[in-house]
Amino acid sequence: MATGTAAPPAALPPLSKRLAEKGVTPRLLLLLPAVVFALGLFVYPFLYGLGLSFTTGSASPWSNYQEFFSDPYLRGTIWLTVRLAVPAVLIILVAAMPLALAMRGAGRAKQAITVILLFPITLGTVLLSRGLLNFLGPAGWVNRFLLDTGLIDQPIQLTYNYWGVLFAIIITDFPLVFLLLLSYAGGIDPTYERAAAVFGASARQRFFRVTLPLFAPGLAITTSLAFVLAFGTFPSALLLGEPAGSTRTMGVAAYSEAFQQFDYPMAATVAMLMAGLELLVIVLILGLRSRLAPTVSSGRKG
Amino acid sequence: MRAATSASPPAGTAPEPAGDERRRRPGFTKLMTIGVLGFFLVMLVGVVGSVLLSSIATRWLNTWLPEGFTVSWFSAAWAEFGLTQVLLVTFQVAISVLVVTLVIAIPAAYVLARQDFPAKRLLTVLFLLPVVVPTITYGVPLATLLYKLQLAQTLPGVILINLVPSVPFAILILIPFVEQVDESLEKAARIFGAPSWQVFARVVLPLLAPGIIATGILLLVRTIALFDLTFLVAGPTTQTLVVKLFYAVSAAGFRSPQSIDAMAVMYMATNVVLLAVAFKFINPSRIVGGGAH
Repeated sequence: MATGTAAPPAALPPLSKRLAEKGVTPRLLLLLPAVVFALGLFVYPFLYGLGLSFTTGSASPWSNYQEFFSDPYLRGTIWLTVRLAVPAVLIILVAAMPLALAMRGAGRAKQAITVILLFPITLGTVLLSRGLLNFLGPAGWVNRFLLDTGLIDQPIQLTYNYWGVLFAIIITDFPLVFLLLLSYAGGIDPTYERAAAVFGASARQRFFRVTLPLFAPGLAITTSLAFVLAFGTFPSALLLGEPAGSTRTMGVAAYSEAFQQFDYPMAATVAMLMAGLELLVIVLILGLRSRLAPTVSSGRKG
Repeated sequence: MRAATSASPPAGTAPEPAGDERRRRPGFTKLMTIGVLGFFLVMLVGVVGSVLLSSIATRWLNTWLPEGFTVSWFSAAWAEFGLTQVLLVTFQVAISVLVVTLVIAIPAAYVLARQDFPAKRLLTVLFLLPVVVPTITYGVPLATLLYKLQLAQTLPGVILINLVPSVPFAILILIPFVEQVDESLEKAARIFGAPSWQVFARVVLPLLAPGIIATGILLLVRTIALFDLTFLVAGPTTQTLVVKLFYAVSAAGFRSPQSIDAMAVMYMATNVVLLAVAFKFINPSRIVGGGAH
């Protein structure tokens, strides 16, 4: 391919001409700032953290990891994180998926709903946590309503525990998941479903055999991102939960090891394990996705 | 999985539920839609409403509505939390992040949208990686590094850590905007002998202006709302509004809830105004993944 048999029309030297054919042009220099940024502020600190997690006082480089897994208080954070993230992501997906499919091409209503859903994204977790403390608290409107209607006779505890954080994750992450699914759902042509219906497929069959396989790639990416968000739960776990108890997620542990115990190597260890767990979840989701839809639309994006 | 196709023997029964479904299915999706949206709206109104009402309440204990209303909490909160300094820091950080991010992201998005080259996939993954990793995962090592370099608790440190998620975010939003700019206009400019930098400055940038403005405003909103990373490196004099709010909420009990909520309302108002401006320039459904189509 690099033989240059096509008579070079311009007075370009052969090397740059050949490079240009492959897409290597001086214009690529425009990428330089972004590359410097990514290497300096993301890759290097990450590797620094990785190195730090193997910095130990003892002989074995793995002793931080050994300590993490032998200390029940540290080891337990994995379970506490998963216990919050998995139900939250499942609830969000079950709520958002039919909604996204239903909202395909709905025009003005879609626009209005999108705006409503974007609103909490921009408020951020701290404000939502503050609002949830008011709203779900013992004297808040939810408990007041339940008391007045006689459904309960004691205020139920929804804040400073697991439930408060679960609510916070669902409310903060639902909009983003919905918007992502919406943009993927827009790419699924409803005529396939109609065709299946014409040939007598039931609603269930249409969903599992037609829509879901077409949806699988987008669903897999969205689920992975939802897990990233749910794993990283941090301010709400501190504000709405019990950061020393039932909502001591890995994020809280990493923070407190670094900036309260000043044990930076252990903090880095927790952070690396968090990344590893996240990676594991993504691999699982992508594995599931390829089993769900082995071939469909895998070549679409090239 | 595909083998299961043959394992659905009651083919004769299929048309019957299908006829039935046609009436039932829209009912189900509609119900689900209304249910989920209703729940969401109730939560939103409850969360925002209780903060808003509390910020203008004289006293609010164990009743549906406050006893009386006042606006004095706003000035009280302003003084109590030293908001002049806090807002100054917040906008310094937000604007610096905005400028640096755009300078990095516009050229990168331009090349990524226009050109195929070896290792493009690798570079794209590298740029977008911070979006798919929990912030704490890289935030804690980066903050540790910034402390070691004595940059933590300073304004540059706060700005640097905020850049990490901002640049990928901006690149993601800008790529579809670049794709919309007609490439033949650039070619025309080049044919008439304009050097590359002039093509970029005189043709591409002006045509990209709406996208840049929208990205810029979204960046401002995002930086103002970004808590996790700022929290890790903010020192006593470099707290942004959202970090200040966090400390006030986490130390609730020492302060009156009304003044905390007054600060929360001011924070909310800033973001809502910026967002309203952003929507003048951007179709919100395009913010996520719209470029794929």
